[in-house]
Amino acid sequence: MLSRDRAADIFERIRKHSTADEVEVLVYGGRSALTRFANNIIHQNVAEENYGVSVRTVFGGRTARATTNKFDADSLRRVVDTSESLAKVQHPDPDLLPMPGQSEDVRATQAVPSRHFEQTAKVTPELRAEGVKRIVSIATRHKLTAAGIFSASESVEGIFNSRGLSDWHTQTSAEVSVTMLADDSSGWQKANCPDVNQLDAGNLAEIAARKAVESAKPHEIPAGKYTVILEPAAVLDMVGFMFFDFGGLSILDQRSFLNNRVGKQIFGSNIEIWDDVAHPLQSGTPFDGEGVPRQRVHLVENGIVKRLVYARATAEKMKHSEHKDKVGPVASTGHGFPLPNELGEAPMNIVFGAPANPKTVDQMIASTERGVLVTRLWYIREVDPYEKILTGMTRDGTFYVENGKVQYGIRNFRFNESLLHMLSHVEAMGTPVRASGEESFDMVVPPMKITDFNFTEVTKF
Amino acid sequence: MKDIASWALNTATQRGASYADARIADDRHRALSTKNGKVGNAAVSESFGFGVRVIADGAWGFAASDDLSRAGVEATAARAVEIAKASARVKQNDVKLAPEKAVTAEWTSPYQIDPFTTSVEQNLELLLKIDSELRSVPGVTLAETNMNFRREEQWFVSSEGADIHQTKYTTGVGYAAYAFAGTEIQKRSYPNSYGGQWQNKGYELISDLALLENARRVGEEAVLLLKADKCPEGSFDIILDSSQLALQIHESVGHPIELDRVLGMEANFAGTSFLTLDKLRTLRYGSDLVNIVADARQEHGPGLGTFAFDDEGVPAQCTPIISNGLFTGYLSSRETAHTISANRSGGTLRAESCNRLPIIRMTNISILAGEKPLAREQLIASTDDGIYMETNRSWSIDDKRYNFQFGCEAGWEIKNGKRTRMLKNPSYSGLTVAFWNSMDAICSRDEWVLWGTPHCGKGQPQQVMGTGHGAAPARFRAVKVGSAYKGN
Repeated sequence: MLSRDRAADIFERIRKHSTADEVEVLVYGGRSALTRFANNIIHQNVAEENYGVSVRTVFGGRTARATTNKFDADSLRRVVDTSESLAKVQHPDPDLLPMPGQSEDVRATQAVPSRHFEQTAKVTPELRAEGVKRIVSIATRHKLTAAGIFSASESVEGIFNSRGLSDWHTQTSAEVSVTMLADDSSGWQKANCPDVNQLDAGNLAEIAARKAVESAKPHEIPAGKYTVILEPAAVLDMVGFMFFDFGGLSILDQRSFLNNRVGKQIFGSNIEIWDDVAHPLQSGTPFDGEGVPRQRVHLVENGIVKRLVYARATAEKMKHSEHKDKVGPVASTGHGFPLPNELGEAPMNIVFGAPANPKTVDQMIASTERGVLVTRLWYIREVDPYEKILTGMTRDGTFYVENGKVQYGIRNFRFNESLLHMLSHVEAMGTPVRASGEESFDMVVPPMKITDFNFTEVTKF
Repeated sequence: MKDIASWALNTATQRGASYADARIADDRHRALSTKNGKVGNAAVSESFGFGVRVIADGAWGFAASDDLSRAGVEATAARAVEIAKASARVKQNDVKLAPEKAVTAEWTSPYQIDPFTTSVEQNLELLLKIDSELRSVPGVTLAETNMNFRREEQWFVSSEGADIHQTKYTTGVGYAAYAFAGTEIQKRSYPNSYGGQWQNKGYELISDLALLENARRVGEEAVLLLKADKCPEGSFDIILDSSQLALQIHESVGHPIELDRVLGMEANFAGTSFLTLDKLRTLRYGSDLVNIVADARQEHGPGLGTFAFDDEGVPAQCTPIISNGLFTGYLSSRETAHTISANRSGGTLRAESCNRLPIIRMTNISILAGEKPLAREQLIASTDDGIYMETNRSWSIDDKRYNFQFGCEAGWEIKNGKRTRMLKNPSYSGLTVAFWNSMDAICSRDEWVLWGTPHCGKGQPQQVMGTGHGAAPARFRAVKVGSAYKGN
């Protein structure tokens, strides 16, 4: 793995070569491997090791970026020259701030737990194959067909700048995803964790298998508004569509569904949301694209959006904008993307608050007279950006619930549901867990029971 | 390159690989964007690396690295073999590849102006002019533009003796105007949404598109949408513009014909397909007017799915997918060809970059234009009561590619053959086979455009690929309209 010392040496070589007023270097990469299986065999199995260095230079308010994965002296000189020549032809950016230094006040103090686990870094192809073999044996026992992945990675991310800032983060990540297929039904589970020992591939496979078996011979029930019980992955993939609107720049650009809604009750009073990189169930880098430490931000309090997140420049711009008195506290929070960029910032470490009286999924089912249990959602897209209407499909385990019991599997639904409506109709929630889906980054979210969820069509399987 | 290739192939075969190939790639990108009069992104990147794919003990292994030293290349090739041997622990049958003649070849995608020879100042000047024109329209609250260039140079070598050197240029450009007022955000894009138009062309693409000339209209339409009537809900005849039809093809034809999906190889992520093998040459996929091909050949045009050889050395081909409405072909690879009794791959295996395993990807999946002359305005004139929809705003389809829903940026009511009032938030939905069977007219070649879809996601780890889709405006009868807003 690329070490911090080597990265610092690369930065020094770049800094010496650069003639820019300021220079910033991002260094990133790592090793990753992924074993993929389908039809009860391993059909794809890959590994890679790659690193990159990205150089941002500044000349009198002009900035630009150049990136390479070649670390020899000539390539490093060329990437600096490219960045500088690109920067020099830019128009000066009046919003561009001097690069942050190591001692700036915005440096955070929150401790982030270690997210690097040797046992994850040392996962071998043989170990991944053994994990797959276990999953396949469960599939075979249930007369099912298994498909999925078992992956492990080790990565580094560092930032250095000419004002003395130096930050470095290493982490590992392991992931298991399992789909169990029967003739006319399927089940799915997925989990991701920095520590491979915390993943139980067998348990995930058993749950996915049970869902596939229990949803066999699906019934077709009519589309309409139903009480739904969304498992955590389904909640994650829905709510993930709103967090890019929690960046200050999205308000300044007037492309956010939070335009004129900050400080107002837009969700039910039981909705609490933080962005918290230090949460024990979270993962990721504790500093942003400029090296500013990520702060813990209470985004939604009692259903009211109280705070947004800010890159340094966005915060300064917001302080002088017509919106400044309508968006809550305005300050850099360490959520910016690497500069230059168009998006500004976004919260990337979402943690939902635990309800006062958490319910398990089984308890939610038991309290439901008539409803739908959803394992997973798929192909979610935004239909309306301000009302935040999303469309998508259920997938891999959708069940009809009646009189407090799961009755049978049902054909998959298409939904067209507003997130404003959905998060205002949460009747019950469970304890938040680290969840993985396919449409959004991992979050800490609860299962939810929601009334009047809007299914508009039903498909043929 | 010869050294790197021989280090990789020799190591792989010495370690026990029965087959090996290596792709060595040199990539360059330029990405520029503006937002509300300022440069949003200005970035250049380059990467150089290689990937080694092997079969050992009858199973696949793949490893990639950016370490091009002899030690690095040999270690990576050895790793690929080690991985393949681990794969063999969970296998049923040995992997077998359909035969393919190993060739030595050289190909560069045609271009008139190497985009990397144009200056960044020139690129940004155009984008900022467009940006200014968009914002000159009162009511436009956000203007965004983008321009992207890519040059991919790749050397493919295999243990069977293939030695193929290809270089491909891609250019992409587009812009959008947003208007926010009250409780609504509306948007218009040009020449297409989500990044505009993308082709395997040089800088000449930029001048072909009349970008500046259309900016004011696009800005005005974004603002007009705020006051437009809502698209009604119900069953309507609809006419789709060529860019929306291109995405309809991508989602409801291109993906379901991927043979790896059909065979369950993508079941965990991208999904499977309703097009089970029994449907080949038996399913009436569409009306008699529907003729769709998968054509990677240069003569099809500069699509994002155009190449000379795919990433396992198979020459570009044209496969009839739907012929006069009948389903006639899948997208296949050397590994999967036998499942459809083909004696050769269809040549569709491609990887995002050299550090990714090639998988079956769409090439240029295009609907053929109508043979009789028919302009878009003539098509509208021949429609009594319907809705014309333009430019995609949202898209979603189930994991077997059957139930779909699309939203468009703008619609217009058609009454008695005339385009009348503008309609906001148009959307339509349906089931794939019923929808394609409802097509009763398609415009002729003059209206046909080879669109680029630059960001198609598939595979684990996910790969993003560019695909091409030629389409002309077409009419579909009795389509369900407006359910996207039903109940909201």
